[in-house]
Order: sequence, then structure tokens, then C-alpha cells
Amino acid sequence: MTFNIKVIIATLLASSTLLLAQPAMAEAYATSPNLGNAPMEGTETFQAFGGKEGLIKIMDDFMIGLVADPRTTKFFNNEKQTFIKAMLVEQMCELMNGGCKYPGRDMKTSHANMKVNREAFNALVEQFQFAMDKHNVPFSAQNKLLAKLAPMYREIETTTGDAVPPKVLAN
Amino acid sequence: MSRTKLSAASIKLPRESNNKPNIMINCCMALAIAAIYSGQTHAENMPHSNKLLLTGGVSQVEGAAGGGLTPWAVIGGYGTNNEIGGSAHYTYVDTDDYNLDTYGFTVGLFDRVEFSVAEQRFNVNNLRDKVEAAFPGAIGRNNLKQTIVCVKVRVAGEAVLDADTWMPQIAVGLQYKENDDTDFIKSAVVGAKSDHGTDVYLAATKLLLDKNLLLNGTIRFTKANQFGLLGFGGDKHDSYQPMLELSAAYLLRKDFAIGAEYRMKPDNLRSPLNAALGPNAIDLKEDDAFDIFVAYAPTKNISLTAAYVNLGNIATVKPVGADFGNQVGVYVSAQIGF
Repeated sequence: MTFNIKVIIATLLASSTLLLAQPAMAEAYATSPNLGNAPMEGTETFQAFGGKEGLIKIMDDFMIGLVADPRTTKFFNNEKQTFIKAMLVEQMCELMNGGCKYPGRDMKTSHANMKVNREAFNALVEQFQFAMDKHNVPFSAQNKLLAKLAPMYREIETTTGDAVPPKVLAN
Repeated sequence: MSRTKLSAASIKLPRESNNKPNIMINCCMALAIAAIYSGQTHAENMPHSNKLLLTGGVSQVEGAAGGGLTPWAVIGGYGTNNEIGGSAHYTYVDTDDYNLDTYGFTVGLFDRVEFSVAEQRFNVNNLRDKVEAAFPGAIGRNNLKQTIVCVKVRVAGEAVLDADTWMPQIAVGLQYKENDDTDFIKSAVVGAKSDHGTDVYLAATKLLLDKNLLLNGTIRFTKANQFGLLGFGGDKHDSYQPMLELSAAYLLRKDFAIGAEYRMKPDNLRSPLNAALGPNAIDLKEDDAFDIFVAYAPTKNISLTAAYVNLGNIATVKPVGADFGNQVGVYVSAQIGF
């Protein structure tokens, strides 16, 4: 009986140590808390995008497409384009394990000021595919990044009704 | 513009020879058309094509969205969860001794419910030519015909976007089939027990986006002989059996996929005439089917599928020299979506 209690106490101690160790281990990898998904392991995909310079060029064309597309223009045709592009570069770079730190807000908070539906979400994916195609990112590398981004629809989409553009905040 | 295509396809669908299923088909078409027109009132803010390319699958041989042979859990058309989508399709299968035409349309409502109606014409004139000399009138017509009305409901999951979980998209479906050639399929040549039947299936579809791979598994409960073209049930077997159907597609580009499918089929028929003609004189043993396909979607409005298909044995009548044991051939399909 006493032996059994000792075993139970030891097990409890060991498991609580493991539980305590868990956040410390996450800290060591230091993924940005608002990144939205776990970064990739290798850097092949990041290389396929042409590194950070490649990403910057892709995001420039991506934004042009988003503003031109009638399904997404109301979300992007505003004065925040430069900021959004810079945030996207950091986020994509970190997701592809490119040595960046995404400093932005989480996906839920950053989209809370608007209503995004599936139509707008998919339109954005299509414009991103066009921009990646234009910069000759191989299809399989595109899909590796899209696989990291697609699940974010759960935080980004807030309506199954009409898409509503971001509210202009008075500052 | 695609609405005119749809009505053109639906006009062809009413059947001429047999009047019982017309009510059902008309009712279903009316429902589908009503759904489309009710959608039209908010057509301005309700575009119809915002699903990602090829993610609605193509039209499988019975008219549901899927691969070529098997229904998938995806909802047909390019409509998202606040849109209505649909497509009209034509499929032609040409094997060594038979060919099959299928045409119909599919409507997807809010990425949740799918309705489809299809008509199949199975051309048996090669067999009929040979049989006619020995057994005049045994096969009444060159074309056997059946109508298929399907409904599918997505019950869980998101096949494309849930890339961080193993949870597939899951759907349940029904395929009601009614064969026009009652006299022939229930005759002593074929010996089917019924001219109509309902297949029930559960499909699970998963896009492994980071691997460019789409996988589908479907389990179908059915009594259909050769998809229903030779009726339902037979002397060998006359009850529902579970059949496994598998598809795998590899995406080479966002508009181009290659893949393979396998569809298990029941083996219900034993010709009653064999009692007189000798065992297996008329061989109706049914084999599993498989195909290897390429699918290409140059735009969201058009997708084209071509496949090598093997249907195995369908109907062989050895005493008259109709040695049609292994039906291998091509499958081509075009789909116009909206």
C-alpha cells in the first residue's frame, strides 16, 4: 500500500515537472504568440519564395491584386496597405522559418473590425496564388505555405452573410 | 449565362417511355430551379463562383460531385457557404463492346446540400446484334436507359481549408435510380429482381494541401447491378451490401490533377436462362471497376476529365460469340459550371 502511494506521488511529481517544462520549451523556440500557426521545420519553402526579398515583391503584387479584385477591394483599398504588406511579409517569413518575428496582432483581433466571409477569404487565396505564380514560386511550395494559412479561416471569417469592409477608426 | 445552360440540360431530362418517375424528377427539377431563382433575388451580392478551382470535384458517373466513378464529400459547383453553385455535365464511356452516355446537372446549395439529376444511356447494340440471330427479341433495344436522382448533405468538416487536422469533410448521400427497361432487365436473360433502387453512401474527403494530395473514401450500400443499368438484385444475391470506393488525386497545378479510383461493385446476377443453356452460357459476373484519370479546369466554368477505365465483365453470351469478358476503354467528361 505505502509502495503504491509512493509510486503515485512520484508519477504526479514527474508529470507536473513535465507540465511545467512545457512552456519553457516553447519559450526556447520563441514562436511569435500571434503567428496563427506553427512555423515550418526546414527552410526549403522559404528559399523557394526567394527569401525575404522574394516575399516583399510577392506581397507588392498581391496587394495590387487585392485592390483590383472587386471581392477584396473594400478590405484593402485604404491607407493601411503599406502596414498590411509589412505585417504579411513578417508573418509569412516566420511561418516559413525564415528567421523573422511577426510583431502583429493575432488573426482574430486583426480581423475583428470587419466581416470576412468565405467568398472574400477564397478570393484572397486566389490573388495570393496569382502573385506567387507571377514570381514563379513552385506549386508545391505554394501549397506548403497555403496549408499553414488555410486553417486561419476559423479566426478570420466572422460571417456567412455579406462581407463588410473594416470600419474607419477616428484617431 | 450559365442559367440558360442549366435549363437547356433540364429540358432534355424528362423521359418519354415510362411515366411513373416523372413526378419525382419534375419535382426535383422544380426544387432546384426554384432554389436558383430564389437565389437570384440577391444575385447582386451573391456571386456563384467563389470556391477554389477544382475543389468542387467533377461530376462522377451518376451525377454527384466527385471523381469519375465515386461520389466525394464535396458539394458540387463553385458556390461557397453563402452562395448557390451548379453545373451541367456530359460524360461518355466507350469500352471494347459497350458505351455509355450520361448527362445531367448538379446544384450545390450553400456548400451544404447537393441535388443532381442524370440520365444514362447504355448502348448494347454489339451484344444485341449477336444475340438477335439466336434469340430474336431477347434484347429489345440498343439503348438501356436509367434516370438517377441524387441528394448529398455535408455533415462535418471542411475538406480544403482544415489543413491542420486529419478530420476529413464527411457527407451522406442517396442515389435513387430507376431503370426504364423493366421488361428486359427482369427477363430470364438478366433476372434482375427490381427496376429501381436507392444507393446510400457515406463519403469522406480530405485535401492534404501540403502534399498536393486529395484522398477520398466512400462506403456505399447498394443492390445495383452495373450501376443499375442491369437493374437491382439478382438470382445470386438480392440484398444490400457495403461496397468500398477509393480515390486519390495528385494536384500538379491548381488547374490540373491526375489520379486513380477504385469502385467495388456487387455481383448479384445469374442468368435464369443458364438453367437451360448450361452454366455460364450467359455470364453476368460483375467485376470491380477502376480508372486512371486526368482532370483539367482551364477556368472555373469548364472542367474536362479523361480517363482510362476498366469495368471488367458486364455481359457475355458465349454461345453466340459475344465474348465480351473484359471491358476496358476511355472515359471523357465535360462540365460547365456556374
